[in-house]
Amino acid sequence: MNLLVPLVVTIPLLGSALTLALGRRRPQQIVVSVIALTLVAFIGAVLLVQVDQTGPAVVHVGGWDAPWGIVLVVDRLSAIMLLVSALMLLGVLLFAVGQGIVDGDRETPVSIFHPTYLVLAAGLFNAFIAGDLFNLYVGFEMLLSASYVLLTLGGTGARIRVGVTYIVVSLVSSILFLSAIALIYGATGTVTMALISERVADLPPDVQLILNLLLLLAFCVKAAVFPLSFWLPDSYPTAPAPVTAVFAGLLTKVGIYAIIRTQTLLFPESPLSVPLMVVALLTLIVGILGALAQADIKRLLSFTLVSHIGYMIFGIAMGTPLAIAATIFYVVHHITVQTTLFLCAGLIERVGGTTSLARLGGLLTAAPFVAFLFFVGALNLGGIPPFSGFLGKIALFQAGADIAEPVTYILMGAGAATSLLTLYALARVWNIAFWRGAGEVEDYESPMLDALLDDPDDEGTVTTRTISPLMTGATTALLLLTVSLTVFAGPVFAFTTRAAANIENPATYIDAVFPNGTP
Amino acid sequence: MSASLTLVIVMAVLYAAGVYVMLERSLTRVLIGFLLVGNATNLLIFIMSGRPGNAPIVTGTAADAAMVDPVPQVLMLTAIVINFGITALILALIYRSWWLARLGDEGDTVTDEHAAETVASTEESFRSVTEDEAASQEDLDASERESELGAPANAPDKGMKL
Repeated sequence: MNLLVPLVVTIPLLGSALTLALGRRRPQQIVVSVIALTLVAFIGAVLLVQVDQTGPAVVHVGGWDAPWGIVLVVDRLSAIMLLVSALMLLGVLLFAVGQGIVDGDRETPVSIFHPTYLVLAAGLFNAFIAGDLFNLYVGFEMLLSASYVLLTLGGTGARIRVGVTYIVVSLVSSILFLSAIALIYGATGTVTMALISERVADLPPDVQLILNLLLLLAFCVKAAVFPLSFWLPDSYPTAPAPVTAVFAGLLTKVGIYAIIRTQTLLFPESPLSVPLMVVALLTLIVGILGALAQADIKRLLSFTLVSHIGYMIFGIAMGTPLAIAATIFYVVHHITVQTTLFLCAGLIERVGGTTSLARLGGLLTAAPFVAFLFFVGALNLGGIPPFSGFLGKIALFQAGADIAEPVTYILMGAGAATSLLTLYALARVWNIAFWRGAGEVEDYESPMLDALLDDPDDEGTVTTRTISPLMTGATTALLLLTVSLTVFAGPVFAFTTRAAANIENPATYIDAVFPNGTP
Repeated sequence: MSASLTLVIVMAVLYAAGVYVMLERSLTRVLIGFLLVGNATNLLIFIMSGRPGNAPIVTGTAADAAMVDPVPQVLMLTAIVINFGITALILALIYRSWWLARLGDEGDTVTDEHAAETVASTEESFRSVTEDEAASQEDLDASERESELGAPANAPDKGMKL
């Protein structure tokens, strides 16, 4: 059964090669991509069940034992991330296909879209199953290189401009990560995470702190934690809607996944818990205040994305089993709901012709179903009971109340305020874009809008285009997934609790990688 | 573990120079900075393989302890390949942004293969761009003279605002 583990990387890579060869045959490309991602989603589900029952699945690539060879490890956390991200990638792929069919593929030179998208998927999955830091780095580089291409797809002026910012920021964080790996190798003599976990405890505390900080810094840029989040709201909204949805849902969460791994496996005794909480507080507040000031739906959603990263950092900083379980649950919830909302923004852009609030109106009558999709997604993101956003936050606050220190109470207050402000920002979108009539757009008097009329990205042209059933279908499917996270919150939370129990006890992970004891 | 002081100094200089050049506005300089910093990181990994001058890892040539640690070399090789790929991508990006900056929207309609056919229109665009640049340079000079005289400075650059 362990043979399934490497397949999650090799299938998308082979698919990528095949789609590249089929560059001029769009239908075959689509079939290959859909099959590849469906297979990975299926493998993810099988691994999830298997890992849950029999413990972590470990593969020593090429038969070389750790720490000499590359190890791939799937524990409960990796398995659930694999499954959720495969489902998201599949949903967004269908959306992109639907959009391509309607547009007749004239919009973008997309013969490279499918190969790049599959490389992104392979990098993502590789990062989730990597058992050593260097393989994690390779996974990051794969998905980042693919994201550079996807972000600058078509090479228009606006995309090149934001692409440069994004690429330079990502490069700097990659170099930080690589330097951290070099120093960790120098200090511990290995890059296998299970072995580092054992050896790092013998290092002097100040060396541990430096290594920990370097890794955190690199991952915080990727996860868009304040103040390293400045690049995100600028670069994401410019990309095509499906690309933005994938980036928003998954790329920042790889950073969060890496932070969970390093903080729990490599540095469980980290003294950085209070600084992390301060950073989480700032991320929550600054992010959501940024969202309030936006007049463009995609930018607004990007800021809520940054803001809600704060919840996950809060959970990681607390580090108790309940907090980690809540964090994993929140990550899963946030991946699904944020992707869905960005796809909704893509639908709004087509129905309304723009995502600028100053020009949208009457969407409730123009596209009632899109309105419904957005409404449910917004309530979920805002944390209205009984949705999964509410459940995740309650679990986090419960963990904070258990610790019962002043700083956790402050964080809980900020978290609640952020939740309400998210709701406020999204309610404003609802009021202006959906609720007001289409005829009211001209001469519309609103204190809400007055402050927002200076929209830097407002292009001034409004061209509506049709949406295909496949696009609505894909968005609906993802929305159903977010709702099912609410309906099946009990089993899912029980699973993340077991995953957190794994994580809290690194010995299970180490024993799985080194069944005969560490060298 | 002992390391070569020369390599450490070279690494430090590369890091410093790389970061400095990366902070420039010009894309080409950012690329040069990235290359310097990337190579500094490669050197950092290399330094971790131990004392320079040790025997390479070939069976029977030296005692185990006197052989160099091969793992950092492997890591470095991978890092070099990744840097190489990304450098190629950034070069393409620089070329594209240069093209767009020179030709504006027209850059989208002129493809590389057909550049010869539209050379006349391209040259025309270049000429007009050059004239524009000369005009804007004059504006800039004028405003600089004004601000030296105490007049309010220009509005800040709107291109990079959030």
